[in-house]
Amino acid sequence: MPLMPQLTHWWPRPHFSLFLLVLWLLLVNSVSPGHVLLGAALGWLIPFSTQQFWPERSHLHNPVRLLLYMLRLLVDILRSNLTVARLILRDPETLMPGFVRYPLSLTNEFAITVLASSISLTPGTVSAGLSPDRAYLLVHVLHLDDEDELIEQIRERYETPLREILE
Amino acid sequence: MMDGSMALPFWLDALIALLLLGGALVALLGSIGLARMPDFYMRLHGPTKASTLGVGATLLGSMIWFGVGHEGLSVQEILITVFLFATAPVSAHMMARAALHRRVACRERTHGEPWDEMDRLPGYAESSSSSDSQR
Repeated sequence: MPLMPQLTHWWPRPHFSLFLLVLWLLLVNSVSPGHVLLGAALGWLIPFSTQQFWPERSHLHNPVRLLLYMLRLLVDILRSNLTVARLILRDPETLMPGFVRYPLSLTNEFAITVLASSISLTPGTVSAGLSPDRAYLLVHVLHLDDEDELIEQIRERYETPLREILE
Repeated sequence: MMDGSMALPFWLDALIALLLLGGALVALLGSIGLARMPDFYMRLHGPTKASTLGVGATLLGSMIWFGVGHEGLSVQEILITVFLFATAPVSAHMMARAALHRRVACRERTHGEPWDEMDRLPGYAESSSSSDSQR
């Protein structure tokens, strides 16, 4: 598969088109023929007109596992919210913030994006940068106890499942 | 009270109230964090809380309220959550990157270094030198 599809495809991403159609119908909350038609038109037009912006395709290997991943992420968001709530109410002077370099083993752009977003969504960590060679993700931590433990946690909870799902 | 709410059983009312209050509390905590934290990067953490759990809980409450008591299940709340979850981390990431690029100071006690070699690596040399010349 070419890395940069310069060729103009008439219908570049069928799955994405379907997704957009469903999204449109959910947005307008109706399945009237007019909206189905409009949604289908948008579902074709948007992938068609943006195909130059998508540098590489990612393959979703296992949708069920992606769903499980999102569930785990939700649970983690809940848990870490409680932790950060306690941290915020503490005296800020006792917090030990820090920058952590997280060595990436993912290579797919989309997978890295999802990982960085997951890190930012769970409170207490915000992804702050990606090294140009894509070897490291810079993560800012609100309160750093143990750098190695944090890296291990991200690796185990997010990166490994993501690699299996998306790469 | 409106007519529709009368039809809801007590426990459902209580659940919705709990979700709304919980969401509001989380949003409040996030705002307190935003106000209290000493440097820019630490401040970023507060709003992330508010935009994930805070808005999530509020929207869940709204979804139950409209789904059970009123005009049938509404999925637009789910869409709001999905959009928010997809965009909030990107904006936080961009703000952090912009701050790093402009060398916004972090607290001295901050552990680790914020990415100094980023400017030395290829691809970043040009952008950093152009910003240097503007100073």
